[in-house]
Amino acid sequence: MVPRDQTIERRTMAVLVDNEPGVLARVIGLFSGRGYNIESLTVSEVDPVQGLSRITVITSGTPQILEQIKAQLDRLVPVHRVSDLTREGPCVERELVLVKVSGRGNKRVESLRIADIFRARVVDSSQQHFVFEVTGSSEKLDVFIDMMRPLGLVDVSRTGVVAIARGPKGF
Amino acid sequence: MASPQMNGSEIVLKALRDQGVDVIFGYPGGAVLPIYDALHEQNALRHILVRHEQAAVHSAEGYARSTGKVGVVLVTSGPGATNAVTGLTDALMDSVPVVCLTGQVPTHLIGNDAFQEADTTGITRPCTKHNYLVKDVDDLARVIHEAFYVARSGRPGPVVIDLPKDVQQAKSDSYIGPEDVKHQSYRPQVKAESQAISAAVQMIAKAKRPLFYTGGGVINAGDKASVLLSRFARALGAPVTSTLMGLGSMPASDPLFLGMLGMHGTYEANLAMYNCDVMINVGARFDDRVTGRLDEFSPRSQKIHIDIDPSSINKNVVVDLPIIGDVAHVLDDLLKAWKRSGNKLNQKALKAWWAQIEEWRGRDCLKFANSKSIIKPQHAIQRLYELTKDRDAYITTEVGQHQMWAAQFYKFEKPRHWMTSGGLGTMGYGLPAAAGVQVAHPEALVIDIAGEASILMNIQELSTVAQYDLPVKVFIINNQWMGMVRQWQELLHGSRYSQSYTASLPDFVKLAEAFGAVGLRASKPGELDDKIMEMIESPRPVVFDCMVDQTENCFPMIPSGAAHYEMLLGPEDKASKPISEEGMVLV
Repeated sequence: MVPRDQTIERRTMAVLVDNEPGVLARVIGLFSGRGYNIESLTVSEVDPVQGLSRITVITSGTPQILEQIKAQLDRLVPVHRVSDLTREGPCVERELVLVKVSGRGNKRVESLRIADIFRARVVDSSQQHFVFEVTGSSEKLDVFIDMMRPLGLVDVSRTGVVAIARGPKGF
Repeated sequence: MASPQMNGSEIVLKALRDQGVDVIFGYPGGAVLPIYDALHEQNALRHILVRHEQAAVHSAEGYARSTGKVGVVLVTSGPGATNAVTGLTDALMDSVPVVCLTGQVPTHLIGNDAFQEADTTGITRPCTKHNYLVKDVDDLARVIHEAFYVARSGRPGPVVIDLPKDVQQAKSDSYIGPEDVKHQSYRPQVKAESQAISAAVQMIAKAKRPLFYTGGGVINAGDKASVLLSRFARALGAPVTSTLMGLGSMPASDPLFLGMLGMHGTYEANLAMYNCDVMINVGARFDDRVTGRLDEFSPRSQKIHIDIDPSSINKNVVVDLPIIGDVAHVLDDLLKAWKRSGNKLNQKALKAWWAQIEEWRGRDCLKFANSKSIIKPQHAIQRLYELTKDRDAYITTEVGQHQMWAAQFYKFEKPRHWMTSGGLGTMGYGLPAAAGVQVAHPEALVIDIAGEASILMNIQELSTVAQYDLPVKVFIINNQWMGMVRQWQELLHGSRYSQSYTASLPDFVKLAEAFGAVGLRASKPGELDDKIMEMIESPRPVVFDCMVDQTENCFPMIPSGAAHYEMLLGPEDKASKPISEEGMVLV
């Protein structure tokens, strides 16, 4: 018997689905029902004419499990295509975060300074608070959030990762 | 499109007729009354009134598996739908094409906890191949045609269509026929890639100890697939073993056939699996009942896996050569490519392989100590087989020891004559399934080989078979125990028989009579044949209470967590091979 590779890998998969009721539940139910991991999941309609949505899911597992995840996703009736972006070539991954920081005085100034380093945008503000918007890799957002923590961080909302393959070819 | 105005219920019936449906298994209720009203107005579709919605699905499964057509179910909302869930799960596990129409509360009440409301699409999402909630009557015809396409294409499975009551009553003039419906995305691959075929030919050509491991996929691929399988096996001169689901695809009388493999499979089949050097898996899925301990499963073989479902590949066992496609197409291509190649197996090696197999066969692993005073369950099924084998009988089963004995001792020569709950192991499957088979084949001899515990799980269906004069024969192997539970408790739990004995069983003869069926009982080996003949000759439904040895165990057996070569061949074998701790946690 072929020995199994037990190393755990992390993969970003893109799933093109019919935008119909229940399709997200189908995908999530597949992951929970079969005991697969979801680290991040985003979904939105990408083609209103054909009624297609794109799900980006980050998952992890052994190579055999990852192959299963792809095959199981592909088998769902409303799924058009599944692409393992991590495996099929270089891809761009981005996430967006909204971070609310409350406070006055030095901390407030410091938060604005750090925001500038991260190329964050202020999307809402008052005398007592800022809401920053930052885009980038998940790791960059983690660092930004960590740095805001001592400066009066009160709320965080992240989108989860979206990803697209590099190069001229479409999905 | 200017088709005449119809209401949703009329569209449902027209779509079913256009799909070639002639029978529906169902049970009415508030949320499907409009459809039942439309049924009342026509004669083209026959409705079989079951006594429980689970049985409706099993009947549809029996119908589907014995004909190759899609089975159709109609039930009401809420409890009607939830009762159907076991049947749907059964059909999903065993890849049976079923379309199940469920009533639903009107769209404006959905989500309000209305009377008999259940989130049917939510509940059935994991136990169907696909499901739909139809909110607009203009979508109805398309959805029904899509549902049939999805149910029967690729790896078949159950599809639920949830129909709110107002949609059943709404009018529409936009009916479309099946020819106008094309599914947006679902296109299973039926023809394999030619490189895979030639790679398989090369791999097989080098085989010294080849073995076919065939499953339910062969039967689902149509009768042609079974013919091609035997042709290919004979062309190679290679042995064939089959899973529980695949029995009948290779004639049991063929000398190439080694019998069923797996937990209660034959010695020769399991040892051939362990020792083969090229395994050709045709439409089977490396189920845990078949593989036993995974790291000791056929360790020295190169594995070819033919399956229409890519997710079956490398799920439990990593294979060397996957071939994605419909079994009939693949076998056809493979056989042609084999003949074209002019290859021949190494005859000397093949002869040695067969000599080895014959030695294993010589162990006669199914032998049992027969008795003159008490009916041995194996003997009962052997006699049933001998007395019915020339009658083209259809056999269904419940789940447990009797099911395994039926698989071992009833020899199937043709596909689609064996209906059993394999993947889910649903007690209560056999009687409703037999009813469905009998509806599809009114003249045929249909026998449910049952256990006395399983049969009680859907005993109410005797009322259905009585109503429609379905002459189903229920052959109960009655040992008064949940036999397989008792066997495991004996072997794994120190003979502590917790809750596996059924005290106060009904008198099955009187029970049969109460339902309007014939009741027969045999308690002595001497009366068995005559009583079986009486059962067969009866034009009416019969319940046969066959009182058997209470303590007989089902052998051979691979204990859970053990490898193929660690089979227990009989009662005298069990003491020498204690079951491992790891094995105990497995089911």
